[in-house]
Amino acid sequence: MNNAAYIQLFKLAGPEMLIALAALAVLLVDLTLMRGAPVRARRVIAVLLTGVGGFAAALYLLQVPLRAVSWGGLWAVDPLTQLVKLGLVGLAVLTAVLSLEADYTDHVGEHFALLLLATVGLMVMAGAADLVLVFLGLELTGLSLYPLVALNKAGPRATEAALKYFFFGALAAAVTLFGFSFLYGLSGTTNLAGIAAALRGRGFDPLLALAVVFSLVGFGFKVAAVPFHLWAPDAYQGAPTPVAAFIASGSKLAGFFLLGRFVALALPESGDAGRAALFTPGWVPAVAVLALASMVLGNLAALAQRDLKRLLAYSAIAHAGYLLLAVLALNGAANRPAALAALVYYAGTYALAGLGAFAVAGHVERHAGAAALNHLTGLGRRAPWLAAGLAVFLLSLAGLPPLAGFPAKFYVFAAALNTPHAGAVSLGLVVVALLLSPVGFYYYLRVLKLAFVTESEKRPAGPDAPGNSPQGGENRFGVETAVALLAAAGVLGLGLFPQWLLGPLQAAVREAGG
Amino acid sequence: MLPWTLYLSLLGALAVLAWPRRWAGEARWVALAFALAGGVCGVAGGQAYRPGAELLTLVRVPWIPALGVEYFLAVDGLNLPLVWLTGLAAVAGILFSWNVTEHPRAFFALYLALIGGVYGVFLSFDLFLLFFFYEVAIIPKYFLIARWGSTRREYGAMKLALYSFAGSALVFLGLLALYVNAAADPGAAPLDLAALARQPRDPTFQRWVFPLFFVGFGVLAGLWPLHTWAPTGHVAAPTAASMLLAGVVMKLGAYGALRAGVALFPAGVTAWQDVFLGLAVAGILLGGLVALVQKDFKFVIGYSSVSHMGFVLLGLVTLNPLGLGGAVLQMVSHGLIAGLLFAVVGRMVYDRAHTRELDELAGLRLARRLPFAAGTFVLAGMASMGLPGFSGFVAELSVLVGAWEARPAAAVITGAGIVVGAAYIGRALQKAFATEPPAETTATEEPEKLEPITLPERLGALLLLAATVGLGLFPGVVMDYILPGARSVLAPLRAGGI
Amino acid sequence: MNGPPWLSALTFLPLVGGVLVLALGERRVVPARRLALGTAWATLLLAAGLVPHFDSSSGAMQWVERHRWIAALGVEYHLGLDGLSLVLVVLATGLVPFALLAPGGPRQQAPLFWALTLFLEAGLIGTFTALNFFHWFLFWELSLIPAFFLIRLWGGPDRGPAANQFFLYTLVGSVAMLLAFLVIYRAVGTFDFLALAELGRTNRLSPQLRLSWGGEPVPAETLTHWVFAGIFLGLAVKVPVMPFHTWLPAAYAEAPTGVTMLLTGAMSKMGVYGLVRLLVPLFPEQVRALQAPLLGLVVFGILFSAATAFAQRDLKRMLAYASINHLGYALLGLLAAAGTGAADPLRLNDQAAALNGMVLHLFNHGVTAAALFAGVGWLEQRSGGRRGLEDFGGLRRAAPVFVGLMGLALFASLGLPGLNGFVGEFLIFKGAFALVPWAAAAALPGLLLTAVFLLTLMQRVFHGPLERRGVAGSDVTRGERLAWAPAVAVMLLLGVYPQPVLALTNATMVALAGSWRAL
Repeated sequence: MNNAAYIQLFKLAGPEMLIALAALAVLLVDLTLMRGAPVRARRVIAVLLTGVGGFAAALYLLQVPLRAVSWGGLWAVDPLTQLVKLGLVGLAVLTAVLSLEADYTDHVGEHFALLLLATVGLMVMAGAADLVLVFLGLELTGLSLYPLVALNKAGPRATEAALKYFFFGALAAAVTLFGFSFLYGLSGTTNLAGIAAALRGRGFDPLLALAVVFSLVGFGFKVAAVPFHLWAPDAYQGAPTPVAAFIASGSKLAGFFLLGRFVALALPESGDAGRAALFTPGWVPAVAVLALASMVLGNLAALAQRDLKRLLAYSAIAHAGYLLLAVLALNGAANRPAALAALVYYAGTYALAGLGAFAVAGHVERHAGAAALNHLTGLGRRAPWLAAGLAVFLLSLAGLPPLAGFPAKFYVFAAALNTPHAGAVSLGLVVVALLLSPVGFYYYLRVLKLAFVTESEKRPAGPDAPGNSPQGGENRFGVETAVALLAAAGVLGLGLFPQWLLGPLQAAVREAGG
Repeated sequence: MLPWTLYLSLLGALAVLAWPRRWAGEARWVALAFALAGGVCGVAGGQAYRPGAELLTLVRVPWIPALGVEYFLAVDGLNLPLVWLTGLAAVAGILFSWNVTEHPRAFFALYLALIGGVYGVFLSFDLFLLFFFYEVAIIPKYFLIARWGSTRREYGAMKLALYSFAGSALVFLGLLALYVNAAADPGAAPLDLAALARQPRDPTFQRWVFPLFFVGFGVLAGLWPLHTWAPTGHVAAPTAASMLLAGVVMKLGAYGALRAGVALFPAGVTAWQDVFLGLAVAGILLGGLVALVQKDFKFVIGYSSVSHMGFVLLGLVTLNPLGLGGAVLQMVSHGLIAGLLFAVVGRMVYDRAHTRELDELAGLRLARRLPFAAGTFVLAGMASMGLPGFSGFVAELSVLVGAWEARPAAAVITGAGIVVGAAYIGRALQKAFATEPPAETTATEEPEKLEPITLPERLGALLLLAATVGLGLFPGVVMDYILPGARSVLAPLRAGGI
Repeated sequence: MNGPPWLSALTFLPLVGGVLVLALGERRVVPARRLALGTAWATLLLAAGLVPHFDSSSGAMQWVERHRWIAALGVEYHLGLDGLSLVLVVLATGLVPFALLAPGGPRQQAPLFWALTLFLEAGLIGTFTALNFFHWFLFWELSLIPAFFLIRLWGGPDRGPAANQFFLYTLVGSVAMLLAFLVIYRAVGTFDFLALAELGRTNRLSPQLRLSWGGEPVPAETLTHWVFAGIFLGLAVKVPVMPFHTWLPAAYAEAPTGVTMLLTGAMSKMGVYGLVRLLVPLFPEQVRALQAPLLGLVVFGILFSAATAFAQRDLKRMLAYASINHLGYALLGLLAAAGTGAADPLRLNDQAAALNGMVLHLFNHGVTAAALFAGVGWLEQRSGGRRGLEDFGGLRRAAPVFVGLMGLALFASLGLPGLNGFVGEFLIFKGAFALVPWAAAAALPGLLLTAVFLLTLMQRVFHGPLERRGVAGSDVTRGERLAWAPAVAVMLLLGVYPQPVLALTNATMVALAGSWRAL
């Protein structure tokens, strides 16, 4: 590698560099200049620095047009990855803003630095075109997020959550690496496209099946698909809310994007010669099983939850199931652009809504000590804006128009129904998904019922009765409200005008060449 | 002009929300103004469409080009009368909500949002858009009932929301199937209803997909045995909401079943005709019989809605113009009549007597104390029985003619249903209004004064009454629009091309 | 074709009057009462005013009004009057003022009572003048509603069940009729009576009917029978023909007097009118084919109702059965004439006689039965609500004038020669004996039975020892006598000189009989 190549690498990895720089800057400033300053001021400065870094990275992503370049087959840069990275940066910045109220830790610098490093990891995941880089991204993200979950050292749940998250993560990473080694052994290359080329045309091979299944474990963990979901509810509940929000949004988006790219690029599509061919690459049935299990278990388990964050965790599992439908639809070149666009659109809008929901949960938690569902009672009166935001997020998750979840669902399901060579499987899964959607609607609506309908016993009814005016402090226009409103505006805007995102997305997919 | 019905309702919702808190009590005037303006736009804009003409496109712009979805609003003879109905029902509903004092701004905002959704469904000619509005309407419905309702409101609201959403899930599946199927041919707008209705489709595909649409939309239209949300929902809802629910929202289901079911899948209807005829007739008869034994006044009306919507569904699957036209006319007619009945029961009686138990009402001598309510109920009841001179008669008559054509047995059972209809209305009428309490109580105690029927209530009742009598005497006013529309819907079937 | 809309005016006058009476409300009872009576009299005057202008030499419809109405359904607003409907309109409008004045009127909510009575009148007139099924059915049903409420709100102790039974029975019949008529409409696409009659006359209606049941086309023959049965049921309940009569005694007994007068005097004629206007013209062939069973039903009704009347202990119930019995004679005349189709001029005379007799009988019965019920109402009023057969006795001494008037009506009712009842029954039997001797002969004992139970009534109530609990107060007042006067006049006059009615009906009846004959 000569210098010119490294310069090109710098150019291609500019956004990641900028974020990483921001991470270092945050750490440095916090540990030197701000030492001894009030915690709140340190947080403000850290958020500002994060914002600057994020803004710079976003500017870079928008302003430096790069058309489908890859760096030595390791690093893919095309409009699609840029778009996803843009989303990731945006989510990271929103998370950082949310963290402004993160009064559970004194490690302000570490907190924001880890957050930014995790973002870098996610961006690497989004751009990886080689097994090594894929693994690097997964690990960088993981290793940044584990300590973030544990940062709330006072909370007993946080430690447990972090441990669970860490153990499951480590195990998954090991299994994935094992799977990657099989893939390398079978194909002789670590380049994703190269693997696909080498594997194309092979018949059924137990080793290959093993390789595929093992590789999927790591992704399954990252996106919290059943049966690799066990960490999720505890981590979501125990982790500090901004962290949980980031895991639910950024990690999900990058994870699914990577999974999609991995499946689409590295694994050969199933043949068109009947049932036996369907099982050739092994990944279609595996993903189908994951999807089915995630949808069913996620939706049904969510019914029983009494805590908003746990409920969101299970709903995230259910949504992972829906997203896996889009992954399934990547089988077959003709359907691939639509499926990829659907996947990103769904994951992106889901991330936005999920982040918003966690923002609301954080607010509730801060005022009530926990985000149990019955703490939501009367939220509609106490904090109308926040409650309205919650309604937007949950209804979007339920897939109701005019919110972004609706076109997302439509697009994903339509893509799934178009899946070549696996029509019956996809149809069955879509039917299951639609049958489960009223279940989802029910538990989301139950939350909203608490927020808007159920009267708390203490307060008399009527608008002018004493005590019904917004409660002291709770209605203050905090960062959660700001983030929630911003996210809600996004969700509503993308629901009313899906074209805003779908148009660029489709163009990007076309340019990226599927 | 017609799209403004939709825009004005949604703008009205925002305007009411933005209305200053200090004058929250006057928000009703704002709501009324917007509802009236919407209704006027509907009537005035409708003049541009001549009966029997081709589809009149109002707006057609790309909306989500990525999915081939258009923002496509249009009118033909079938949806224009329903738009008018919506305008009327919206205004009447606000007049009957004049006494809402609890969070009036939120109430009227949700109310107008619901109206907007309804207009949207009726005007949409892109199936995606139609479904979009259809689902938009679910949430205001839920909150109107859960927040401002009465008996078991949270249960009723949740049941309604879940049933409609479950129905929507079926429709969603059908929509996807249609989309994937249509997207296979390179067409500009795969979900353009007007174009879809002209394209031939594979009969097997039709047989599979038609029931998705018909049952999915039918849930909201009270298709037996998926109707059970209707009585509980209607009873739980506040008066204006139950008027809208029974009057207009149930029509959304029926309209969807017509526009996306019957019109697109003639071969599917043929294949499933007997099944759905049977369910429709079962709804008519059983809904009526159940209404006959209810103890709660509002439940009587709630089940009567199921029974009357049975006529609509019956008409839809008769597959002949008169039956189909009758179904649409019945939608309009039932919209007016159900609105009236719920207004009497919910607003005029319940708000004053504070009970809806027929046995308790029997002791209150309401006929003497609320003569206007009694008179309105008598007229509305007559209309509901399908007596000639009211809109229900012409509608049910047309449906019956259609049923004779399709399945005479259905017509005969339906005839029995009409008699049952008269019986339950008569029973409710006598129990609630015509029963004199035992002589000793009348002689001794003079009951406390009930609040007299207010002017807005009178206006609302007269508005709806005038409409139902007007339609009963001059059904041509809308039938001239509906019948050509029905004929063109059935044209592919008639032509033999399936 | 459309002259001045006299018939519309006639129909809507009581409707408008009723609404105005309602508007005056309970606070202005006196003007309301004046207005109600004024409307009733004005309507009667208008109807009577039509009589001199009626062209009695023509059997065609007169004062025809015909307008497009509901183009989509092929419905027209079509009114017209022939001899039959003219007589019935005059009868109905003539009864209403007296019904309003009848004893036992409303003690509360009087304006509503008057208004409903006027609405009922409008329904009656509308039914008799309509020539299109659509609005004919409208009025047919609308007359039901006021009648229902009149019974329900002002009736006797058992008014609730009585009113419900009345309403539901009639409604079941109406629905059956509606369903049957829709089959016809589907086949021929018109609701117009005249057009349908033309189809029936030329025997083109029945073959056009088609329907498929369970995928199989129903044979036109079978289908025609079902349609026939449906329409017949609807009309038979209204008349009523036994065994569809069970609603009637309770309804007549519980209804307030004025309403009973209208029920028996005018509403029962709606059924017979419907048979003449709808059933027979549309299905002359079927009527001929079914003549024997139908006549059997009628004769059975005549005998059975007379026997049942004999067993009644309640005066109103007894008169109610008498009413069924009398309408049986009218049906006998109708079926005798309608069921005979030979193109024999002698038979045409007999048919015309039977039909003329039927109309005359309907008119007579309307007047007489109304008078009788008014009399019972008077008794009830004076005796504090009693009307049992055993509750009275020796009235002859207590209220001689009343007994005289009632006696006259009773004799008229049992068909004493010289009084009006005789002429109608005589004509009916004259025709019937010539056309269907067996039925006429079988129905004769009915006349006897009728005479027996009416005489029993007279004996128990008027004669014998004076029952102390009987009637309080004076004999009929001058005002009441005045109210009786027209009825008495009709009974006496038509008994000796039935020409005024027969002149109106003859041409129509000849034309009808002619049109029903087999081609």
